[in-house]
Amino acid sequence: MYKYDSYDQQMVDTRVEEFRDQVERRIAGKLTEDQFKPLRLMNGLYLQLHAYMLRVAIPYGTLNGKQMRMLAHIARKYDRDYAHFTTRQNIQYNWIKLAETPDLLADLASVEMHAIQTSGNCIRNISSDQYAGAAADEVTDPRPYAELLRQWSSFHPEFSFLPRKFKFAVIASDEDRAAMRLHDIGIQIVRNGDGEIGARFYAGGGMGRTPMIAPLIRDFVPIGELVSYAEAILRVYNRYGRRDNKYKARIKILVHEMGAEEFIKEVEAEFTHLQGQNIDAPAAELERIIAHFEDPAFETGLSDEIDRSDPDFAIWLDQNVHAHKRPGYAIATISLKPVGGIPGDASSAQMDLMADLTEQYSFDECRVTHSQNIVLPHVRKADLYSLWQKLDEAGLASPNLDLISDIIACPGLDYCSLANARSIPVAQKIAKRFADIDRQKELGELKLKISGCINACGHHHAGHIGILGVDRKGTENYQLLLGGSGAEDVSLAKITGPGFTEDGIVDAIETVTDVYVAAREDGERFVDTYRRLGMDPFKEALYG
Amino acid sequence: MDNILRFRDDGASEEPAVTLDSFFDQSNATAVRLEDGEDARQLIPYLDRLAMIEIGFSAFGDGRGYSAARILREHGYTGELRAQGDVLVDQLAFMRRCGFDSFAPEKPINAADAKKALARWEEVYQNAADGRKPIWSKRHE
Repeated sequence: MYKYDSYDQQMVDTRVEEFRDQVERRIAGKLTEDQFKPLRLMNGLYLQLHAYMLRVAIPYGTLNGKQMRMLAHIARKYDRDYAHFTTRQNIQYNWIKLAETPDLLADLASVEMHAIQTSGNCIRNISSDQYAGAAADEVTDPRPYAELLRQWSSFHPEFSFLPRKFKFAVIASDEDRAAMRLHDIGIQIVRNGDGEIGARFYAGGGMGRTPMIAPLIRDFVPIGELVSYAEAILRVYNRYGRRDNKYKARIKILVHEMGAEEFIKEVEAEFTHLQGQNIDAPAAELERIIAHFEDPAFETGLSDEIDRSDPDFAIWLDQNVHAHKRPGYAIATISLKPVGGIPGDASSAQMDLMADLTEQYSFDECRVTHSQNIVLPHVRKADLYSLWQKLDEAGLASPNLDLISDIIACPGLDYCSLANARSIPVAQKIAKRFADIDRQKELGELKLKISGCINACGHHHAGHIGILGVDRKGTENYQLLLGGSGAEDVSLAKITGPGFTEDGIVDAIETVTDVYVAAREDGERFVDTYRRLGMDPFKEALYG
Repeated sequence: MDNILRFRDDGASEEPAVTLDSFFDQSNATAVRLEDGEDARQLIPYLDRLAMIEIGFSAFGDGRGYSAARILREHGYTGELRAQGDVLVDQLAFMRRCGFDSFAPEKPINAADAKKALARWEEVYQNAADGRKPIWSKRHE
């Protein structure tokens, strides 16, 4: 994985000192809260319902053991012994004291980490495929391109006061594990007919209150011009994106109002101009970055045999382990979705353990997924059983990857100042209702996503089943949506009808899964049956 | 004019900046002011005769002026480029990188604070309008 050189380290260290200075000026009253707000936000510090929340960047979701251990240390030292992995492959701490943040950031910088641009109206942390470098279906590892964009977007002088936040995702396979087309810019690294690597650009996707799937903007940008093409899109957005209404300020609204064709014309004109401006790093720089992502020293001649005699292990193996590109290896997902737990939360002790396992079993590398789980990308098949035993002891072996209890949920009204309704208790109740793992497996792949308000941090638009919490005359009410997907079969979920109470929504989920079980044809997932039958039978069962 | 921070060796333009509309009516004006949303590209044919372009920032969070500044520099403008309005010390370094070389903040910025803010970032990750060599270039010298 990427390792900082003295330049990268200096940038992060400088940021710590700058933020220390800004915090001192805020505490001394030299900065008003209004003036401080955009500065702290550009450093991931939010003022939430109860305390400051700090979001730490995990670029393209990749961590080593030392970094994971530092995340545990921070939870222990500055927070309440736990933290929350997010749908942007980041991690959040919910109980942070302003005066301590400079020291916290210095601790992070000591392991090549930071909170730069994890919030604010700027280019955010760039997300990627959690199986990058391990999946058999990728054209190449997408992360070097994400790293190139990370450096370009860090402290970008022109794009630090955009109309709104801006999110990139970079993938390199046809299977989309990163909800790529639901980002402001989605990039798929591809190979053209001549075997050259390039970038396919999508722009103007997003969730929030106006969900949109990003249209294709350009089929192939030569890889040497990746950054200048991104710069062209950002410049068009910075100049023309709406600033009169925060809810219409994302690039998706610009692309939609301008029309993709006109938008592309503007971008191409800007791109032509920027091609003469020496924006892109030379090929040697990309090669330098790529060298950091070379395969670890995989052993050869390993057996693919796995002893399945322990039935509990076999369930986990079937559900949470994915094929690896190399014989004898596998990709293992650690579920942070135990029944009754808070989706994405991990304690300091669990993070310490995951750090150890990362070092011991996965060439010192792990990944955070956008569905709030942790991946060990390079595990020898022969080690899977002992890995599973250690996870099981720590409550980290829930065999529910992509099943109904593998729920994405935003922090909701329990933490968030924007929320209208709680998400966590609903997730817990649904997980309890479907706790029986045999029943979950019987329902098959079912992506359930819960947001506590229309900002859609819980990705409800992209759920096979989505739940949206709203405030209805002072009581929490939950709307049900069906048929969304954040994968390569991307689609936006549709609302079923009137909302439900907190308990009513749990019943409603059971009702729609019953319709599915009764109506499904061979091999159909919930979302396939929905697509085949449409909304009517589900509506009929829900509302009669 | 006490509030103006200037990073140029030449004398300041004496002429008051006119609005974009008046500029197009006055063929001899050499100083012009752009508001947040006005298109800097309209000035491209006239850059040679301009000594001062002022870009207004009605609110520090409105970043359109950063793009306007870079566009003007990328098209060869070498005169004074001034940021006026809600310009704060924490934005100075970004503004300098986009090509601004003078600042007329609504609320005065302490000169020592400005100096400190501008000296803080020794290295930069991008090529912009200030001629600084990005890290990617230094890595391969």
